[in-house]
Amino acid sequence: MTVEPLGRATRSRYAAVYDPKLRSIFYQSILLAILAWLAFEFALNAKANLQAQNIATGFGFFDNTAGFGVNQSLIAYQESDSYGRVFLVGLLNTLLVSALGIALATVIGFLVGIGRLSGNWLIARLAGGYVELIRNLPLLFQILFWYLAVLGALPPPRAAMSVFDEIFLSNRGIVVPRPLFAEGAGVVLAVLAAGIAATIALCFWARRRQEKTGRQFPVGRTAAGLILGLPLIALAATGFPIGFESPQLRGFNFVGGITMIPEFVALLIALSTYTAAFIAEIVRAGILAVPRGQSEAAYSLGLKPGRSMRLVVIPQAMRVIIPPLTSQFLNLTKNSSLAVGIGYPDLFAVFAGTTLNQTGQAIEILAITMAVYLFISLVTSLLMNWYNARLQLAER
Amino acid sequence: MTQHAAFVRAAMAKPEPPPVASRGVIGWARGNLFNNWLNAALTLLSLFLIWTVVTPLVRFLLVDAVWQGAGRADCLPEKAGDAIGACWPFIGAKFAQLIYGFYPWHLHWRVDLTFALGAMLLVPLMIPRAPFKTLNTILLFGLFPVLAFFLLVGGNFGLEHVETRSWGGLLVTLVVAVTGIVASLPLGILLALGRRSHMPVVRALCVAFIEFWRGVPLITVLFFATYMLPLFLPNSWTIDALLRVLVGVALFSAAYMAEVVRGGLQAIPRGQFEAASALGLGYWKTMGFVVLPQALRLVIPGIVNNFIGLFKDTTLVLIVSIFDLLGQLRAAFADPNWATPSMLFTGFAFAGIVYFLFCFSMSRYSLFIERHLGGGRR
Repeated sequence: MTVEPLGRATRSRYAAVYDPKLRSIFYQSILLAILAWLAFEFALNAKANLQAQNIATGFGFFDNTAGFGVNQSLIAYQESDSYGRVFLVGLLNTLLVSALGIALATVIGFLVGIGRLSGNWLIARLAGGYVELIRNLPLLFQILFWYLAVLGALPPPRAAMSVFDEIFLSNRGIVVPRPLFAEGAGVVLAVLAAGIAATIALCFWARRRQEKTGRQFPVGRTAAGLILGLPLIALAATGFPIGFESPQLRGFNFVGGITMIPEFVALLIALSTYTAAFIAEIVRAGILAVPRGQSEAAYSLGLKPGRSMRLVVIPQAMRVIIPPLTSQFLNLTKNSSLAVGIGYPDLFAVFAGTTLNQTGQAIEILAITMAVYLFISLVTSLLMNWYNARLQLAER
Repeated sequence: MTQHAAFVRAAMAKPEPPPVASRGVIGWARGNLFNNWLNAALTLLSLFLIWTVVTPLVRFLLVDAVWQGAGRADCLPEKAGDAIGACWPFIGAKFAQLIYGFYPWHLHWRVDLTFALGAMLLVPLMIPRAPFKTLNTILLFGLFPVLAFFLLVGGNFGLEHVETRSWGGLLVTLVVAVTGIVASLPLGILLALGRRSHMPVVRALCVAFIEFWRGVPLITVLFFATYMLPLFLPNSWTIDALLRVLVGVALFSAAYMAEVVRGGLQAIPRGQFEAASALGLGYWKTMGFVVLPQALRLVIPGIVNNFIGLFKDTTLVLIVSIFDLLGQLRAAFADPNWATPSMLFTGFAFAGIVYFLFCFSMSRYSLFIERHLGGGRR
C-alpha cells in the first residue's frame, strides 16, 4: 500500500526525524529540561537572596509569638499566641464570612433572578437595574463604599440607631443580643435537634409514600409542630432556661451582646450583594433554559403557577444552574481575600499581610496561603460536583 | 311573494374599541402591574423603593450639589445650606490626580496622546463594517503597546523619563487592564492549545498552570509578584514595581483567557481538523489558518467579558501600593483641605460613574457583537 522509493539507509535516517512519536518525546524532553533549569536557577537565586537578606527558612515560625492583636476571633486569641494560632484565627474568619456570604448571596440571587422574569414590569426592571449596576462596579470599590461611606457615616455609639432598643447600629459596628444558656437549655436544644431530624425523616417517608400510593401527607403543618411546637413545650417545661443579654451603652461603647465589627458587616454586604448579581443572571438563564412546553404541560395538568414552578421548572433549571453557581461560590470565597483592603482579619490579611510583614518569610507564607485557597476551591467543587451528579441521575 | 322590506347592512359595523380598562396606559398597567393583589402590592412597594432611592440621589448629585468653590468651606453646611449635596469642586481640584496620578504636569500631553491613539485604533476595530481589520489589529496589538511604552515611560527620542512610581489614577487602571489583555491573549491561546495537545507532558503542565492560577485569588497573585518574584530572580535584577504587578496580572488573566479560548476550540467540528490534514497542513498551519480564526471569532463575547472582569480587578493593585483610580481616590479622601461630610459620597459617585461607564459600555458591546456574530451564523 505504501510507496517506498527511498533506500533503506536514507529511510531510517529521515524516519526518525519525521516520526511523530519521537518528535513529541523530543519536544517534551526539551520543555522539561528548560523547566528543570528554571526551577534550579530560581532555587539557587532564592537561596542566595534569602541568605543576603537574612531571612530564616522553614516552618519554625509557626511556633513564634505573634505579638499583634486581631479585632475579631472565633476562638480565644491573645497577642502572646503563636503564628500558628493566628493562621487558625484567620482561616476561621475567612470561612465565616464566606459561608454567610454564600448563604446570603444565594437567597438574594434567587430572589432577584426570579424577579427579573416576573410578569410585573416594574419588578423585572428593578431587578435588571440592580444586576446591571452591581455587576459593572468593581468589588473593591463596593467594599470600600460600604465601609467608608455607609458604615463610616453611622453615628458614634452614644447616638447609635437602635431597633427596639435591642439591636444597635453605630460606627463601631452592629450589636445584637447574645443568647444565654442556663441549666436545662441543653434539653431544649436536644429537642430542637430531634424535631429537625424527625422532620427530615418525615419528608423522606412522605415522599416515598406519595410516590407509591399517591396519597399526600401534610408535611408543612407537621414540620411546624415538630420544629417550633415541641421545643416551645420543652422550653416551658424546663422553666425558660434561654434568655437574652441585651447590649448596654457604658461610657463610649457597648457592653454585652454580640458585636459585629464594621469591617465584617461591610465585607459581608458587599460580597453577598455583588455575588448575588451574578447568581441572579445564572438563575435567570437556568429558568429560561427550561422549554416553555414544560410549564405549559404543568398548567394543563392543573398545577398552579407556584407549584409548576417549584415541581416542574426549578428541578430542571437546577441542572443548568448548579455548575456556574459552584464557580460563583468559589469566586465569593476567593474574593473574601479583599478583606485586606479594609482590615477585616481574614486569612489573607492576618497571615499573608501582617505575618508576612513581621517574619519576611514570603515563600512559605504565600505558598501556604495559596494552598489553602486551592484546597477550599477543590473541596467546594468536589462537593458541588457530587450534588450535580446526583441531580443529573434523574435525567434519562 | 312580496318582498319584505328588511334592513340589511351593506357593510360590517365598525368594531367598538376595547374597554378603557384594557387598552392604552391603563390597560397596560392593569395587565403588567396590577393583575392581582400580590402584584399590586409588589408594584406599590417597588414604586416606594424607587422613590426612596432615586429622589435623594438626584437631590444629592444635582439639586443640592455645590458646583463652584475653592475649598472646604464652600461645601460645608454653613455656607451651602442645610441639605448637603455633592461637593463637585472637590472632584475638580483632584481631577488631575485621579486621571494622571503624580505624572508631571507639563508632560500630561503624552498621556493624552496615548489615550487618543488608543481610542483612534480601538474604535474602528470595534465597528464591524470598518475596513482594514487585519492592519488595524496589527497596529493596535503590535505597534500601539510599543508606542505607548515609549510615550509614557520616555527616556528616549528626547522625551523626559518618567518613573512609574509617579504614575497613577485612571492611567494606571488602563495600563494594567490593557497590558493584561494584550499579554494574556497570546499566552491564553498557547495554554488552551497546550491543554488540548496530544503530548502528555505539555497537557499536564498546561492543566496544572491553568487550574493553579484559577484556584487562587488575584490578590495572592499580586503578593506573589511583589514579594516572592524578586526572591527568585538574580539579586542584580531590580524589577519595577508596576512591571511586577503587570506580570502577575498577565499570568492570572492568561489562565482565565485559556479557558475561554478552549471553549471556542471545542466548538470547532472535527471535520475542520480533518479537512486541514487532508490538505496537508501541519499542526501550526492547521491551527493558525483554519481553527483559531473560527474559534476566536466564536469567543469574542467571552473575551470581552474577561476584559470587563480584568478591568474591575485592576482596583486590587491599590493593595500592593500602586495607586490606580480607586487608590488615588482614597488618597484624595485624606486631604484635610477638602474634608467635608459629603466628600466621601462625592468621590465614590465620581469613581463609580467612571467605572460604570467603562464596564457598562463593554458589556453592551459584548451583547452587540454576540447578536452580530449570531446573526451571521444562523
